[in-house]
Amino acid sequence: MKIDVHHTDGLEACVVECWSCKGPASPRALFCSVCGAVQPPRPLDHFQRLGMMPGFDVDLSELERHYFGFQRRLHPDRFAGKSGKEKLHSQQQAMALNEAYETLKDPLKRAVYLLKLKGCKLDDADGATISDPKLLMEQMEAREALMEADSAEEVQAILARTESDIAFAVDDLSQAFQAACLMGAEKLVLRLKYLIRLSDEARGRKARLMKGA
Amino acid sequence: MSDEILFDIFEPGESPLPHANDEVAVGIDLGTTNSVVAISKDGRPEVLRDAKARALIPSVVAYGQDGSVIVGHEAREQILDRPQDVVSSIKRLMGRGLEDVKAVAGQLPFVVDQDATGMVRLIVAGRTLSPVEISADILRAVRDQAERALGKKVPKAVITVPAYFDDAARTATKDAARLAGIEVLRLVNEPTAAALAYGLDQGAEGLYAVYDLGGGTFDVSLLRMEKGVFQVKATGGDAALGGDDIDHLIAEKFLAERGEAKLDAGKVKQALMTARVAKECLTSRDGGEWMLEFEGRTSRHQLTRAELETMIAPLVLRTMTICRQVLEDGGAQPADVKGVVLVGGSTRVPAVRKAVADLFGTLPLANINPDEVVAVGAAQQAEALTHGSDTLLLDVTPLSLGLETMGGIVEKVIFRNTPIPTAMAQEFTTYQDGQTAMMIHVVQGERELVSQNRSLARFTLSGIPPMAAGAARIRVTFTVDADGLLTVSARETATGVESEVQVKPSYGLSEDEMADMLKDSLEHAKEDMAARVLAEAKVEARRNALAVIAALSHDGDLLSPEERLVIDQALAGLDCACTGNDRDVVLAASEELEAATKPFAEKRMDRGIRKALAGVSMDNLEKRVGE
Ligand SMILES: [Zn+2]
Repeated sequence: MKIDVHHTDGLEACVVECWSCKGPASPRALFCSVCGAVQPPRPLDHFQRLGMMPGFDVDLSELERHYFGFQRRLHPDRFAGKSGKEKLHSQQQAMALNEAYETLKDPLKRAVYLLKLKGCKLDDADGATISDPKLLMEQMEAREALMEADSAEEVQAILARTESDIAFAVDDLSQAFQAACLMGAEKLVLRLKYLIRLSDEARGRKARLMKGA
Repeated sequence: MSDEILFDIFEPGESPLPHANDEVAVGIDLGTTNSVVAISKDGRPEVLRDAKARALIPSVVAYGQDGSVIVGHEAREQILDRPQDVVSSIKRLMGRGLEDVKAVAGQLPFVVDQDATGMVRLIVAGRTLSPVEISADILRAVRDQAERALGKKVPKAVITVPAYFDDAARTATKDAARLAGIEVLRLVNEPTAAALAYGLDQGAEGLYAVYDLGGGTFDVSLLRMEKGVFQVKATGGDAALGGDDIDHLIAEKFLAERGEAKLDAGKVKQALMTARVAKECLTSRDGGEWMLEFEGRTSRHQLTRAELETMIAPLVLRTMTICRQVLEDGGAQPADVKGVVLVGGSTRVPAVRKAVADLFGTLPLANINPDEVVAVGAAQQAEALTHGSDTLLLDVTPLSLGLETMGGIVEKVIFRNTPIPTAMAQEFTTYQDGQTAMMIHVVQGERELVSQNRSLARFTLSGIPPMAAGAARIRVTFTVDADGLLTVSARETATGVESEVQVKPSYGLSEDEMADMLKDSLEHAKEDMAARVLAEAKVEARRNALAVIAALSHDGDLLSPEERLVIDQALAGLDCACTGNDRDVVLAASEELEAATKPFAEKRMDRGIRKALAGVSMDNLEKRVGE
C-alpha cells in the first residue's frame, strides 16, 4: 500500500512527514514525537490553532493563557541557537499564532472570521455602502452630531455613547451567534464596523480639540 | 501504547539541546552618545567596565590620516583638537538617505556625500565612510572592552535599537555588527530591554510604561509584564529627538549671546560640549555661569534651570504627545499604568521627570542606572537565547508598512503595533490590458501619502502573463521577523506562473559592498565568516544525525542488519566529517546520510500510515493539542 501523503494537507491527512527525521508525524503535532524537531504550522483554523472552542464567546484570559503557552514553546527566541530550518519553522509557527491571537481577541475581527468560517461572504471593502436604511440614518445623524460638536466635552459625550453602543452591539452579536442567526450577525458586524470607525473619529476630534485648547 | 507513540507531543525542553552553548554572548547598548556592554551569567547581569572601571564607552570615533582608528574616551578628548576627524552621534545617520540628514548636516563638520543607493557617506580624514562602517568601529571597541573584562572571545551579542528605528536603520545596525564580526543573536528594542531588566530584577508586574529619552532618539513603550511574559502593547517615538537637541538649544543660545559671526566645526563642538556640561549641572543646581573661550576671546553665559525648562518645554511636550498616543494605541488610561521606567541619560533632567510623573500620576522608577539598564536587559536576553529561559518577550512593529497605490496613496499591509514575527499578504491586480510588469513601492510610516512616509524599497515584478486588466492576481507578502526586519516577496497567482522577488530595503549595504568591506577590514573578519559558515553546517549536520538516531531507536526494528549497517556507516562518516574543518566534506556526508536513510524513511511512513488507518482516535489528539 502506498499513499501519497505529500499532496494531502490539513486534517484530512492523518499522517504527515516530519521534515527532519522523515518519519510519520501527526498533522497537529508541534514537535515530532520521534526526533523532537519543531514542525511547520499546519492549516488549522484560528480556534484550533490556539486550542479554543470555536464560537463568538471567547474567554479572553483563557485565550491569552493559551497564546502565551504556545508562544513559550514556539517563539523564535526558543530557537536562537538551532539550525536554519528550525528557526524558519518556529518563525512560521509564531506568525500563525500571532495572526490567530490578533483575530480572536478582537470582537469585530473575531465575528468577521467566524462568519467566513461559516461560509458567509462578507464585503470587506472599507467603503461598503450601508443598505440598511435604519443603520444609514443612525450613522448619518451620529456623524453630523460629531461634526457639530465643537468642545472636547461634547465630543467626549458622543464618544461615551458610542462606546456603550459598541458594548451593546458586541452583546447582540454574541446572542446572534448563539442563536445561529448568521443574517443577524452579518448586520451587526456592519453596525459594529461603523460604530468603531465613529469612535475612532471621535477620539481623533477630541485630541485635536484638546490640542487646540 | 502504539497510538500514544504516534501522537505524543514533544516538549522542546525534553529534547537534548544541541551542544549546550558554552560560547559567550553579551548584550550591547549601541547608543547615540555612549555605548554599554553587559553579560548575564546564571541570571545575574553585570556591566563590563574598562580598566578604569568606566562602563560608558563614548560612541565617538577619531580617524587619523595614517588610517588609525580610536574609539571612546580618547576619541572624545580629541574632538576639540581635530573636530574634522572625530565623528560622534553617528547613530542619528543609521539607515538615513542624504535627504533625511540635511537637517542635521549643518552640525556635521564633514563633507556629506551619498552613494548610488542614496546612502549617506562621510568624508573623514581622507576616507569615505558609511555610518555602518563607523558603527562597526564602535562595536569592535565595545567587544574589545568585553573581551578584556572577561578574558575570552565574545563572538555573539544581542544588540539594542530604538523601538522607533525603521527597517533601514535596523538593517544598518545588523550590517554594522556583521562588519565588526559579531553574530547578532537578536535585535531587541531598547525600551523592551529596559523592561526586561526591571521585570527580572524588581519583579515588576502589571502594565508599565518605559520612557526612553536617549542622546538622539525618543521611545516610549507600553508593556504588560507578568509571570515571565513581557508583552509590548504599543510603542511609539521619534527617531530624531533626544538629549542632543537640548545641547543644541543651549549651544545656540550661548553662541548667539557671544555674537559669533562665523561659525566653524571647532566652535560648534566646543559650544556643544559646554552646553552638555551646563545641562548636566542644571539637573542638580538652580543656575550657573559657563564660559566659552576661542580665538582669544572669552564670553560668559548665564543659565538658570527655569530658563532651561522654558527652552526645552516644546521638546518635552512633544514626548508627552507621543506618550498619549501610545496609551491610546494600547487601549489604556494613564491611571492603568502601574509604573514608568526611565531610560537614557536625558531623563535625569528634572523637567522631564516632572512631566512624566504628571502625565502618569506616578513617580517614575529609576532605581536601575538609566545609562546601563538597556545593556543589562540585552545581556539577560542574550543569556536567555543561548542558555534557555522561562521568560518570553513579545514585541511589536513600531511603524506601519504599506505599498504605494494609484495616486500616491499608501495602502497599509501591516499596521503599527502588530505583534512580531508577522506575515501579511495583500492582493493587487493589473490596471491595463496586457500589462506584464508592475512597480512595487514599499513604504513605512503612518501618513496617508507615499511622499510623507519613508520609502524602503522599490522593485519591479516582471513576467506577468499578459491578461485583461484586472485579471492578474499579484500577491505581495510582507514578513517582519523577530528582529523587526522586513522581507517583501511578490508572486502572480492567477495563472500559476510564479515570479518571486525578495527585497532587501534600500539604504542598506548591498551584498557586494558588504563583501568588499569585509575583505578590506581586518583579515580575521574573513576567517570569522568562514568559521561561522562551517559552524552552521556542523549544527545542521549534527541535528540531522540526532534525528536519524532518534528514528533508529524508535523504528529500528524495520531494518535488516544489512540495512542498519548502511545507515550506521553513514552516521559514522558524518561524525568523522564533523571533527574536520571542511564545510564541503560536512555537506557531502550529510547528503550521504540522507540518501542512506531514504528507504528507512519510506518504511517508517508506511508503518505510520498503516497505524493511522487502523483507527487512531483523532479525539484523543485534539484533546491533547488544546491543553
Ligand atoms: Zn521527526
